[in-house]
Amino acid sequence: MKVYLKIWRQKSAGVKGRFMDYVLDDASPEMSFLEMLDALNKKLIEKGEEPVAFEHDCREGICGSCGLYINGEPHGPEKKTTTCQLHMRSFKDGQTLIVEPWRARPFPVIKDLIVDRSAFDKILFAGGFINVDAGQAPEANSIAVRKERAEEAFDAAVCIGCGACVAACKNASAMLFISAKVSQYALLPQGEVEAKRRVQRMVAEMDRLGFGNCTNTYACEAKCPKGIKVVNIARMNREFFKAKVGAQKESLTTGGLA
Amino acid sequence: MIQLDAKIPDGPLAEKWTRYRQSARLVNPANRKKLEIIVVGTGIAGSSAASTLGEMGYNVKVFCYQDTPRRAHSVAAQGGINAAKNYKNDGDSIYRLFYDMIKGGDYRSREANVYRAAEVSNATIDQLTAQGVPFAREYGGTLANRSFGGMQVSRTFYAQGQTGQQVLLGTFSGLCRQIANGTVKMYPRRDVLDVVIVDGKARGIITRNLITGEIERHSAHAVVLATGGYGTIYYLSTLAVNSNGSAAWAAYKRGALFANPSFVQIHPTCIPVLNDFQSKLTLMSESLRNDGRIWVPKTKGDKRHPNDIPEEERDYYLERRYPAFGNLVPRDVGSRAAKERCDAGYGVGATGLAVYLDFKDAIAKQGKNAIAGKYGNLFDLYQKMAGENPYEQPMRIYPAGHYTMGGLWVDYNLMTTIPGLFAIGESNFSDHGANRLGASSIMQCAGDGYFILPYTMANYLAGEIKTPRIPTSTTEFEEAEKAATDKIDRLMSLRGKQTVMSFHKRLGKIMWDHCGINRNEEGLTSAFQMVDDLEKEFWQEARIPGTSSELNQELEKARRVADFFDLARLLIRDALERKESCGAHFREESQTVTGEAKRDDEHFAYVAAWEYQGKDQPPKLHKEPLTFEYVELKERSYK
Repeated sequence: MKVYLKIWRQKSAGVKGRFMDYVLDDASPEMSFLEMLDALNKKLIEKGEEPVAFEHDCREGICGSCGLYINGEPHGPEKKTTTCQLHMRSFKDGQTLIVEPWRARPFPVIKDLIVDRSAFDKILFAGGFINVDAGQAPEANSIAVRKERAEEAFDAAVCIGCGACVAACKNASAMLFISAKVSQYALLPQGEVEAKRRVQRMVAEMDRLGFGNCTNTYACEAKCPKGIKVVNIARMNREFFKAKVGAQKESLTTGGLA
Repeated sequence: MIQLDAKIPDGPLAEKWTRYRQSARLVNPANRKKLEIIVVGTGIAGSSAASTLGEMGYNVKVFCYQDTPRRAHSVAAQGGINAAKNYKNDGDSIYRLFYDMIKGGDYRSREANVYRAAEVSNATIDQLTAQGVPFAREYGGTLANRSFGGMQVSRTFYAQGQTGQQVLLGTFSGLCRQIANGTVKMYPRRDVLDVVIVDGKARGIITRNLITGEIERHSAHAVVLATGGYGTIYYLSTLAVNSNGSAAWAAYKRGALFANPSFVQIHPTCIPVLNDFQSKLTLMSESLRNDGRIWVPKTKGDKRHPNDIPEEERDYYLERRYPAFGNLVPRDVGSRAAKERCDAGYGVGATGLAVYLDFKDAIAKQGKNAIAGKYGNLFDLYQKMAGENPYEQPMRIYPAGHYTMGGLWVDYNLMTTIPGLFAIGESNFSDHGANRLGASSIMQCAGDGYFILPYTMANYLAGEIKTPRIPTSTTEFEEAEKAATDKIDRLMSLRGKQTVMSFHKRLGKIMWDHCGINRNEEGLTSAFQMVDDLEKEFWQEARIPGTSSELNQELEKARRVADFFDLARLLIRDALERKESCGAHFREESQTVTGEAKRDDEHFAYVAAWEYQGKDQPPKLHKEPLTFEYVELKERSYK
């Protein structure tokens, strides 16, 4: 099959980028989207041109490295699919494909289709963990966890940190990402202890990094390759509110000394 | 002259680790913050080690090539993590887990190391659970277990088919915590170019910043490699495409011995090669074999749709050959049996290099919902990749390169032959012998990082408390940096016309054809020459666009492939030298009349540890004899 490609090319961070046109005659429906880009790059290299830089690693939908904006949609047209799992059979012969990096201020472009997503890690450094040292853990079965709760926590924990939620959101909100982590821990007794502190810290860091707010368009859920639900955002808001009220009460009883 | 000493503590097997810990040297908390440790790699082994060393108060510097530690390839482990909890009351114990690993590894691993790996497995589950890893649970709220990969007890903890992801994110969360606490400093997007040795001890690394191309020097009192396996030597494998063997290879060239390099596990259930552009073979967890039945048509070249082939014309060859274990035979046995059928002309699909994995009977018996509950995400994954619905027709699967049991030689301290250089997780050789049992990889990684290395590291660093911060301005760092830069310059000066990927692909084919599932003397010998020729061609015909002072993915690939030529020769040499069949290493010259692997304990019950002798010299073989005090060596039969 033949595809017409318009690909964002940008030499490095801070310089101007632009779309470049390419034609690939010998794509095939069985190729994954990234294999199609491999084929394009092979041609470019053989011609002595610079290949298109894009991020990828596991190529089976679990590492979260890949993430391309394809025809206006993060990870392309399919549901619950990462770019590496997307196959050319999802497109038509002769179709034009516009390929861009994630577009969000907290994710600056590094080169071509690669963006800097370190802001996600910074949010996790602020509180995406349970304070337990190696060696401190009690016997694993000493704390029972309701099966449904464990499953709900798992459903939130499957986030791969690809950033599609931010790219899909018109406000570049990271709330689906953060709420997934907040929910995973808030749902489990092991994480509940620090739930208040965690949500406050993570939200504060999110604001500091310039991510936008949630205005309930559900675009993040629609484009999440792992099917993470916006119900997590509602839970995070609840957790945040609980923490805030709790903090106010605490400051009243301690005479304002937080 | 290197003398191999595994430094196994005295005493009965079950007491060795306890005795070690009781007599190991310690480092005072006040001294810990004066000591620096470099950890390379952020998979389950690297991140658990780094966070634990950080918790103890050491200064830790962590490096990974990805943009964030959370993407390390541990993330892709699917099936589960073993522990000897005996929650199912079905007869499991530390000894039995140890025994299964020794036997599964075909008696080519060290008793003391394997016993310890089993011993710390329970604490690992406690730790991960406390960190909020959402393992599967029973209705009563306790942790669920399943049987995995043919084991006769249910000891595998799991989180659907994404256990590796969940365990990695658990260890990563501990790393985040220590980064926030300031005990760990994270250096993402770095490739390790060399290990720096000062006065015989590992004292640092040379890295390349993958964004700016800058070459950097980092020093420490000790260096830990947690860099995973080298399965991408086959080009097509279940590994992440950027996984590589270069850091381990750099250590080898600096004097660390490389053990059993040819022990590579070929996983029997992967989505087969479907087209020529394929860049990756996706694993389908072997947990699928608990309910799926593997078959090929009884007639050669039968091109009918699988659903049109009647029951009596199907050959369930595993059930036929191995009635006791059936579809649950260990990975090496399953892989060879699939290859045997396909080579004999019974393979299916366009290439004939695939067999069916069929859930028809399981769905009929248990219902579609029950099967979806167990394997839903795997079925979805298959459908996305292969474009076929496994609820309605059998999956097509074929073996693919998966896990490298071989790796850097380490002693009981997990230290290589270079003092101060440690290797943990898949990057070392120590726990899985000639074949790894399912669900024991992430078990070993987390055990090494959380509960073993922190003790053995203290034991080493106790002798370093008077050593001041290591300067990076010395000639050793200068020399290592220059060698790394020279190599990059040499690669950048190539003016050929072929892509690096095309060379990697050709190397992978040589290795798969001649040093893959089956090996023989003639094939191995010819492969050696082919690798030489291909390497020569690479150094003339490859092309790397761009410059070295910017993000340059082609340069990254080229460095890795250049190392793979060397590593490939070592694999071949090791496979040639080991004339027996054992575990994943199947020498056609050494098989029984029924085509099963024939081990030769009299001549080959040893670890083959190779010492680098320079670019143009053959490496030197050191043999570490394997003695079995607690386990009787038996033929591994699954019939």
